[in-house]
Amino acid sequence: MTALKDSPAGSPVESAVQATPARARRSRRVRPSVALALAVVGLLGLAVAAPQLLATHDPTAIDFSAALQAPSAEHWFGTDESGRDLYSRVVHGTRESLTIGLGAAALSLALALVLGALAALGGRFVSGTVNRLVEILFAFPTLLFALLLVAILGPSATTQIVAVGVGSAPGYARIVRGQILAARRSGYVEAAIALGHPRSVILRQHVIPNAVRPLVAVFTLCVGQSIVWASGLSFLGLGVAPPSSEWGALLDAGRAYVTHAPWLVVIPGLVIVTLALAATAIGKDIQARLESGDS
Amino acid sequence: MTRTSLADPTRTSAAAGALGSGPAGPAQEVDRGRRAQVLARRIAGKLGGAVLVLWGAATAAFAAQLALPGDLATVILNVRTGQAQQRTPEELAVINEQYGLLDPVVVQYLSYIGGLLRGDLGSSYLQFRPVWDVIGDQIGATFALTFTALALAWVLMVVWVTLTAGRSRPVRALGTLVETATAGLPPYWLGIVLLLVFALGLGWFPVIGGTGINGLLLPALTLAIPLAGFMGQATRQAFETSLTQPFVISARMRGMSDLGVRLRHVLRHAVLPAVTLSGWALGATVSGAVIVETIFTRPGVGKVLVTAVNSQDLPVVTGIVVVIAAAYVLANLLVDVVYTLVDPRLRTS
Repeated sequence: MTALKDSPAGSPVESAVQATPARARRSRRVRPSVALALAVVGLLGLAVAAPQLLATHDPTAIDFSAALQAPSAEHWFGTDESGRDLYSRVVHGTRESLTIGLGAAALSLALALVLGALAALGGRFVSGTVNRLVEILFAFPTLLFALLLVAILGPSATTQIVAVGVGSAPGYARIVRGQILAARRSGYVEAAIALGHPRSVILRQHVIPNAVRPLVAVFTLCVGQSIVWASGLSFLGLGVAPPSSEWGALLDAGRAYVTHAPWLVVIPGLVIVTLALAATAIGKDIQARLESGDS
Repeated sequence: MTRTSLADPTRTSAAAGALGSGPAGPAQEVDRGRRAQVLARRIAGKLGGAVLVLWGAATAAFAAQLALPGDLATVILNVRTGQAQQRTPEELAVINEQYGLLDPVVVQYLSYIGGLLRGDLGSSYLQFRPVWDVIGDQIGATFALTFTALALAWVLMVVWVTLTAGRSRPVRALGTLVETATAGLPPYWLGIVLLLVFALGLGWFPVIGGTGINGLLLPALTLAIPLAGFMGQATRQAFETSLTQPFVISARMRGMSDLGVRLRHVLRHAVLPAVTLSGWALGATVSGAVIVETIFTRPGVGKVLVTAVNSQDLPVVTGIVVVIAAAYVLANLLVDVVYTLVDPRLRTS
């Protein structure tokens, strides 16, 4: 099998079948919105890896004489009630925000994969039970489900990951189930069955890869949504507590000053929105590329 | 199409009935009887599913109360006093008696489910009164908010899609861009921006939303804008597909105006995915409502819920979750009905 895969004849044939050259060229071009989104992600990646390179001030340096200043050349995003530089705080908060977002998204998709696979591939009893379970969990709105878990576990960053991850899993489980079912009913699986391949081989080589590949796009969208929901929890005062500069915590801390210093809420919120939009743009682009058969 | 429906007896009779060309007399009677049977079975299935989901939600809520770490009586006392400490057996005995915590789990479970059937959601750990009393007068405000938001979202979405779908390239691009951008807006950010611009900046609306129409509009808009974007994405796709259908061309050939075609023929087909989404959206909007009520200091379950989560007053939290889940299930039953009304093909198939 490996010998066949590595044979030189395999790849050119495949690529020739995939798409006409003109179409391939068009879809390989990076659209400006996607380029912008990738730049945003790159910048955030830098903020995670080396926040001191991007920050202009010490994020914890208190200077009461510079409290609640509007955005300026000195303080790009303004300052908070203790005179701390908001821009530097946002930069330093990136790591925690993204950790929570990625953690929640990973947990959510892992759960969704297990539930979705059981629902699509299990026997009559298993798939029926799991389908009903997902249906029941789906009746709880994401944030309410998350709040229920916070009430049990008590607020913390770990709780946030668990709450958002578990809270959004039912929706993704439905998507996974749909993907697996679609792959199972496809022509190539039918052909494999007709050729007499064993069930386990068909599952491993055809169904799972084809069902899982589109999930790359789903995962990207999920990271954006997870950060939005996790920040929502912090905003309600039920996530990471304010001394931290996690973005949601910044929102929560700035809420008290919204009439006098709106930038304290608007700017961290704008950062979250930007990230969510970037994730959407990239996710949709991946989706489009997968659909046109050019990955 | 005809060949497949010929192979399927229910479909053939349905198609014949829909065309009005079916033979009159006993054949039609039989036909109608079978159709009623199918319809009844489908309704029974839907109702059964709804009951099952409700039962599951109630069970999950009960399990959540058991899942609190530590001895429940101690937790309740700690929640009440706000401090964690060891309790004497006498203190615990009172609580155990009051909530029946020493009963076997099965008995507790049955009494919880029995209570729910009578409309009793349990009693608050903190406020010494039934959960329904705590949330009963608040939940109306939350539902008023979510329904208004859903209605507003529909208006915004229908107007926007009708105006921009299937137009020239730049207009279409703008339409899609606005939908994608608004669909991702988190309520806490949008709400605050709307509050700053329209209440604090322009002074058109009160800063603290009351129960009146004026106080309702900004919070509802906060929830409606992302929802409109989200539903718009699904509607636009269906709208543009419908625009190329033969019945659209024939309507245009009859001399119908462009707007007329869009509103009378295309829209009816295009809104179907959005109708399906609406049931889900009503539940999802509740998530946003919790946040929006906090921003606009509006009455509603949001504030109660956040306080209860903070103080681990679990019966209140689960009570709200169960009520919302019930509303979700009802909304989806309703959507099934609306779907059948909008799409007459489903009535007969």
